[in-house]
Amino acid sequence: MNPSLIQAIPLSGQVINLCAALMLLLGFAMLSQRRILALINLFMMQGVVLFVSTLVVALTTNQHHLLWSAGLTLVLKVIALPYILHRLIRRLSVKWDIETLFNIPTTMLVGIVLVVIAFNVAQPISQMSGTITRSTIGIALACVLLAFLMLITRSKAVPQVVAFLAMENGLFFAATSATYGMPMVVELGIALDVMVGMVILGVFFFQIRQQFDSLDIRHMERFKDK
Amino acid sequence: MSQLLLIDWVLITALGWLSIGMVGVAFPRNFILNSRILYPLGAVGGLVLALIALTGIFASPQIRILPLGMPGLPFHLRLDALSSFFLLLLGTASAGISIYAAGYLRKGDGTAPGLQCLLYHVFLASMAFVMLADDGYAFMVAWETMALSSFFLVTSEHRHAEIRRAGYLYLLVAHVGAVGILLSFGVMAGVEGDYTFDAMRDFSSHGFWPTIAFLLALFGFGAKAGILPLHIWLPEAHPAAPSPVSAMMSGVMLKTAIYGMLRVSFDLLHAQIWWWGVLLLLLGLATALFGVVFSAIQTDMKRLLAYSSIENIGLIFLGFGLTLIFKSFMLPHLAALALTATLYHCLNHAFFKSLLFLCTGSVLHATRERNLGKLGGLIHRMPWVTWLALIGVLAASGLPPLNGFASEWLLLQSFLFTSGLPQGYLNMLLPVIAGAVALISAFAGFTMVKFFGIVFLGQPREEKLTQAHDAGRLERIGLLWLGVGCILLGLFPNVVIVLLDPVTRLLVGSGLRGTAGSHGWWLLAPISQDRASYSPAIFLGSIVIFMPLVYWAVKRFYHGRLKRVPAWDCGFPLQTARMQDTAEGFGQPIRRIFSPFFKRTREHPSPFDSQPRYLSIVEDPFWYWLYLPIAKIVERGTQLIAFLQQGRIALYLLYSFITLLSLLVLTRG
Amino acid sequence: MNFYALFAQLLALVTALILAPILNGWVNQCRAWMQNRTAPPLLQTYYTVSKLLHKDALLAHNASSLFRVAPYAIFSCLALASAIVPTLSTELIFSPAADAIALVGLFALARVFIALAGMDVGTAFGSLGSRREMLIGFLAEPALLLIFFTTSLISQSTSLSTIVATLAHRDFVIYPSLAFAGVAFTMVSLAENARIPIDNPTTHLELTMVHEAMILEYSGRHLALIEWAASLKLFAYSCLGLALFFPVGITEVADPVSLAMSGVILVMKLAIGGFMMALIETLSAKMRIFRAPEFLGTAFLLAVLAMLVHLLLESGK
Repeated sequence: MNPSLIQAIPLSGQVINLCAALMLLLGFAMLSQRRILALINLFMMQGVVLFVSTLVVALTTNQHHLLWSAGLTLVLKVIALPYILHRLIRRLSVKWDIETLFNIPTTMLVGIVLVVIAFNVAQPISQMSGTITRSTIGIALACVLLAFLMLITRSKAVPQVVAFLAMENGLFFAATSATYGMPMVVELGIALDVMVGMVILGVFFFQIRQQFDSLDIRHMERFKDK
Repeated sequence: MSQLLLIDWVLITALGWLSIGMVGVAFPRNFILNSRILYPLGAVGGLVLALIALTGIFASPQIRILPLGMPGLPFHLRLDALSSFFLLLLGTASAGISIYAAGYLRKGDGTAPGLQCLLYHVFLASMAFVMLADDGYAFMVAWETMALSSFFLVTSEHRHAEIRRAGYLYLLVAHVGAVGILLSFGVMAGVEGDYTFDAMRDFSSHGFWPTIAFLLALFGFGAKAGILPLHIWLPEAHPAAPSPVSAMMSGVMLKTAIYGMLRVSFDLLHAQIWWWGVLLLLLGLATALFGVVFSAIQTDMKRLLAYSSIENIGLIFLGFGLTLIFKSFMLPHLAALALTATLYHCLNHAFFKSLLFLCTGSVLHATRERNLGKLGGLIHRMPWVTWLALIGVLAASGLPPLNGFASEWLLLQSFLFTSGLPQGYLNMLLPVIAGAVALISAFAGFTMVKFFGIVFLGQPREEKLTQAHDAGRLERIGLLWLGVGCILLGLFPNVVIVLLDPVTRLLVGSGLRGTAGSHGWWLLAPISQDRASYSPAIFLGSIVIFMPLVYWAVKRFYHGRLKRVPAWDCGFPLQTARMQDTAEGFGQPIRRIFSPFFKRTREHPSPFDSQPRYLSIVEDPFWYWLYLPIAKIVERGTQLIAFLQQGRIALYLLYSFITLLSLLVLTRG
Repeated sequence: MNFYALFAQLLALVTALILAPILNGWVNQCRAWMQNRTAPPLLQTYYTVSKLLHKDALLAHNASSLFRVAPYAIFSCLALASAIVPTLSTELIFSPAADAIALVGLFALARVFIALAGMDVGTAFGSLGSRREMLIGFLAEPALLLIFFTTSLISQSTSLSTIVATLAHRDFVIYPSLAFAGVAFTMVSLAENARIPIDNPTTHLELTMVHEAMILEYSGRHLALIEWAASLKLFAYSCLGLALFFPVGITEVADPVSLAMSGVILVMKLAIGGFMMALIETLSAKMRIFRAPEFLGTAFLLAVLAMLVHLLLESGK
């Protein structure tokens, strides 16, 4: 290792690296969290980290449209979505729901394997990228994979939605900090998608609860063609 | 007559062992001769061998050709640094074990003492020959002699059905493994069919042949060493054998497999491929983890130690794999570091595991009990064995300043400074594996505390334990030899590094002597002092100084008053020995955390049972996943072949006739 | 031999022996304040230890010599451990004798002795405590080792002095891996020091005891030594955490002025650190013993992640 190399990264790059690490940390925390309420709070914290990193990128590279997307992140992921989710779980009265998870250490171990894979897969991609913080692509990819893993292991509906949103967080992070943003139209489109998806899922929750008296999506296995 | 070379002296020692055995078998019922004279003589032989090997490490390789065996197929023998090192291991460990065995043998159990003496010394001599052999033929003869003699030693109490079963399993796995080794030699001998190792060294076939030879050797030697799917015989054979034999098998015989593997992968095969190393690394990791998890839940003290041997073999293979990786990426200095750690651990394991097995032997003799649930409180009756076992336990847990720690320290160091390998995945995987190694060594601590605490501490769980007697004088000498060995090996790691330097130079082309020796005898710094250093002497010294100081200060400034009272136990009125943790109880958290590892059957008593019984059997899942299916397939296959056996003589004659005819036709064509 | 290094070494040892009980008292005081209780005096641990030293030692009939040796062994191990940790300066006589791995080994040695002592008398509680302690220990030890590995990957050394010197005297650089390692370290030190989410240091309720269960049979001077050793362990862990993650103020040279300076800074850091520990303890609830493997497993995985993040973000390849 060359110790001078990390010192060559400017402060903003270091902050983004730190944000990347925090994203990953929060990703793991979400993977191992049993309580729905805490899960939403973790998701909110991930939003905050995302906001900070986008802001730093925007300020250091003077790209004003990134300021917009930072604002969008703040409004959508730190305020709106957590609020909606909180309301949702209150309305559905699943606030204190505890999910029985399949063996947390094993899940985390699989997570570690995913991280190793993600880091190695991302290496050639990040070498193509010209930005200084290109190594964060690996972390962003790892975040996406971890969220995907969470999507698989959860059986209740609300955590699944949170996992879905976390996946989007990872994608967004890859876009902003590693490649300095996507075109505004794409970002707006994604934001809208997430919003609409949220509304649809909200309706869907009420429907499945009416149907089964529970938000456990394992009940849906009954629908399969016999 | 030319001057006798070192190799001749090794031969003479081995022959000495054989003749000791011969004398023993000549007087099979003479107990005094066998136990009081012949075994101590064998121990002296071990010491002599160790001295010869010590000089042999630094001498240049020596060759001898013995005109024995088949016509035109003489035995080639060779003594180089690698074989000298393993002979040193054999000599030092066997010296302690033999002297212990002299005191351990009792009249009247199992095989006649003279016969046992013969088998034991043939076993020793054949191990020495394995390490000397320089051609495939001599190697296989020595290897099979070793397997057979140890098989008979394992089954020396052959009147018990379970011991016969364990011996059979051992023999089976040993022979399947031997086939693998033979095939591996066959591949390396190539088309010319020259089975000398010299010819194999020139074997420069490319493509997949070296890989096949390596994999076959891995299978063969792995079966002997007990790596993962082939470990199955170990926990059966060790408890069945008499304790000195278990100690010999676990401490020394398993290392012959490591020796063979090293010989094949570094000496006979030239170009190593990096994924061989990864394979060994992963196998080693799985083996070590499996061994330690299973040893934590055992209830039989010798089985516990047998699983712990599996764990240590796993650690040795981890270091081996790392060496292969470094060697294949042309990093000789790191390879030397990893190889040093590996060989050092071999030596350490030989000492502490033999010591622990011998301690269980003494416990067994004193109590006739192997079950942990029926032992306890032996520290009061057997102080010698207890305190020496404590040394072994601390060494096996990898605690400073004993020897287990020194080799684990080196192993961790070699894992730590790996960044810079040209393989992205490996760079990330190796530190993670280092974490797993740390987990395994900490886990070993759990197991060893369980072993020691339940056997030696607490209240005696059975009435008869209060009659237990300490080990006899000869047994004590043997235990003391090994125990002191554990301490010395831990205190002077630099001496061991200097010993290992010629070996690593031979195998990987670099050694640690230059860097390690430059900081004085007391400081172990394999790379540089800034990077990492460890000084067991200062470590032990400061604890040894500090402890009496505190003791004296407390006595001087306060008082030394002491009162004996009944135990308090939070004020519980009734305290019986049955209320202590049993072996099952101590292992319960492990059973729970690692429950997917085990195949478990249990019966709980219902609340209304007048005589409640609790039954819990934890078995090795590999039996059910691997061995029983294989056995079933083999049985199916033999049933098909049995169709040929109709029992009529005419039919058998027909077979011979057909064979003859087809041979005639084939040779004609 | 460097005279200053010897002096710094002795000073570090004495500081540890004196400050450790005070740190313990300080954490207890903070905890009491946060829980609206009247706090015990800051020097309470001293009072306890001196009271115990004056009392007669009571020994169970069944106790063996190992039981009597253990307190001295544990005390010496932990005193040596707190002498190895760079508290005031990085120039120490002992530092080449034991690196980070050896330090972990030293903690493990103390743990094995205390667990064996717990099993010695042969009571139900003693062996229960030993079993739990070894369970926690074997999960916490590799996590601690991995945290050290991360820092040694950063500084290319496992020598504690070199690690701390590298971390203390660098330009301002954010190491994301240290964030992970820091969280993991906090979790490990809570578990290792018998603190709240894993063990309750004040309980005598049989179902929740770990550390206390092992030392139930000790009394008098033996108990005094064990109590003192426990506070030394807490001190060593706190100083280790401060040295690795907040290394400001640790000097590299061992002259009296800078030693005094770093002593003052150390006390301030310890005060804050102790307060934080009390805060964590107050805010969290004791876990069931079978949650402990999850807790420590998480610490272990965080430490692994720290290493991976270091390799990805900081190794510059």
